Amino acid sequence: MENSFLIKTKDLVKIYSIGWKKLAALDHVSLNFAKAEFTGVVGPSGSGKTTLLNIIGSLDVPTEGSAEVLGKKVEDLSNRQAAVLRNHSIGFIFQTFNLLPVYTVYENVEFPLLLLGLSADERKQKVIKALEWVDLVDRAKSKPAQLSGGECQRVAIARAVVKKPAIILADEPTANLDAENSHNILRTMEELNRELKTTFIFATHDEKVIRYVRRKITLVDGKVTKDEAMNPTKAEGIGQ
Amino acid sequence: MIIPRLALKNLLGAGLRTWLNVIVLSFAFVAIIGLQGIYDGMNNQAVHSLTDAEYGGGQYWQENYDPYEPLSLPDAHAPLPEALIGLKNEGLAAPVLIVQGTIYPSGRIQPVLIKGIDPEQSVISIPTHFLAREDVKLPALIGTRMAKNAGLKKGDTITVRWRDAQGTFDAKDVRIVEVMRTTVQSIDLGQIWVPLKKIQELARMPNEASLVVLAKDTEPLKEGAAGWNFKNLEFLLKDITELVQAKTIGGSIMYVILLLLAMLAIFNTQVLSIFRRRKEMGTLMALGFTRPKIIQLFTLEGAMHGVLAALVAALYGTPLLAIFAKKGWAMPESVDSYGFAIGDKLIPTYGAGLIIGTTVLVLIVTTIVSFLPTRKIAKLKPTDALRGRMS
Repeated sequence: MENSFLIKTKDLVKIYSIGWKKLAALDHVSLNFAKAEFTGVVGPSGSGKTTLLNIIGSLDVPTEGSAEVLGKKVEDLSNRQAAVLRNHSIGFIFQTFNLLPVYTVYENVEFPLLLLGLSADERKQKVIKALEWVDLVDRAKSKPAQLSGGECQRVAIARAVVKKPAIILADEPTANLDAENSHNILRTMEELNRELKTTFIFATHDEKVIRYVRRKITLVDGKVTKDEAMNPTKAEGIGQ
Repeated sequence: MIIPRLALKNLLGAGLRTWLNVIVLSFAFVAIIGLQGIYDGMNNQAVHSLTDAEYGGGQYWQENYDPYEPLSLPDAHAPLPEALIGLKNEGLAAPVLIVQGTIYPSGRIQPVLIKGIDPEQSVISIPTHFLAREDVKLPALIGTRMAKNAGLKKGDTITVRWRDAQGTFDAKDVRIVEVMRTTVQSIDLGQIWVPLKKIQELARMPNEASLVVLAKDTEPLKEGAAGWNFKNLEFLLKDITELVQAKTIGGSIMYVILLLLAMLAIFNTQVLSIFRRRKEMGTLMALGFTRPKIIQLFTLEGAMHGVLAALVAALYGTPLLAIFAKKGWAMPESVDSYGFAIGDKLIPTYGAGLIIGTTVLVLIVTTIVSFLPTRKIAKLKPTDALRGRMS
């Protein structure tokens, strides 16, 4: 079981210095995530959710402890190695969508594939497939500014899943969306999780998201206070 | 290919700001090439006129001859050595004897240089064939400036006085057989051209000369000529080259200012871009871009202003400069006083070297200016960038 975890964190500590003050964003967090998990990390603002996702996503390094993602220790990775890991294996979905404004929907989704150096035919096939997943084929030529918030987030999801990464990290993906769009987005992600066996980890305090996840980890002041299976029938592979 | 593609997209996506920068930079392009072309044209015209009318392919100076030392002239003459006579006979050299003299136009005393030259010569482009008139005892050729200064015109007769080789003063009347129009002041102002044989005879300097002009593309004598020093075109044109260079530096100030303005606009755009697009940088990092790649992207975006400016400049600059190069630029009469042998029309020269050199210069400067603000990105943390903060 131990070896089947995609992500393993051990005694993860992250301390930020704010002037002379030290703030522990994560305080000895040890968690394991298996393939195809659909997990929500919840907690109040400042509890360390985003910091945990950033370290797992190799965007940040821990102050102490260890984070192993797909067999690679994040703290030991060079900037280039971390970029390669993100490029190949991790998809990100942000609260503010973070689409490239000058690119069309198609080009935004195609972007990670360009970085992977895929051929034009391969890219086209994958982009169309990803746009079909999020039901945005008809908006392929639109620019982000011409889309609604829900559509933008669907583009962001398509961009995250197009390269079929092992892990998708979503930081408050529904925070800027209304209830209907939130449910649509979550349903889409749940389907992708089932179909592609991608591990989804959400940082959220949105109750709508929590209803969808199969595992809920609660962080308070950087500490894991609760780690529970939300739907025992779907909770296979949950670690810890 | 992804970086150039993204850079171009971002650049065009910035809309008006990009085009303002591009237009200002294209002005700098056209101004640099335009002005430099004028200076190059000026230089070429001056060099051509001077070599055609005065310097030929270089000159042999009698060892005492120094054009900047008038007191040296009485001693600056000697018989031509055999080798130079050979060149003269082949039509590849034209001896010139220079004697100091005085004329008396309208009762005034005016010092002149009496220059003797073979009327049959074809080495320099002075209409010396007018001096071959046999119906005139002592024919003389002067330039328009000399004619204006001395109040002389074609057909006038004027008394000329000189000292011969023995130091004896003598005088004779000369007749102005032609007033030549030349762009070269140094064969015109204060000078009277007469037949070489006559002045050699009158000054008692038979077969002597002060200098010998070689025909263009004539090799100087390998063995040299005893008592005569060869002056090549580099030496003879040194003054004019330095003068043009001095004027070029003065003229450069304008295009340096234009270039600085364009660079300031690009630098400003880059700083603003890096400040406003931190989130985009964070996203690129999250998608797998490394920091050096982002630096490349932003630098290329800035540098592409130069490429676009070159294209825009080519669009309106090519016809504009082509018209200039074809029609030339009418010069006011006062241009004579600048010391340039230009003539009444200046034809700019836009060589490939100038165009390629300017393009490369502008592109390099634009790239450097674009790169400087991007160094901040090297320290940018992905997490800070995603939050829209600068590390």
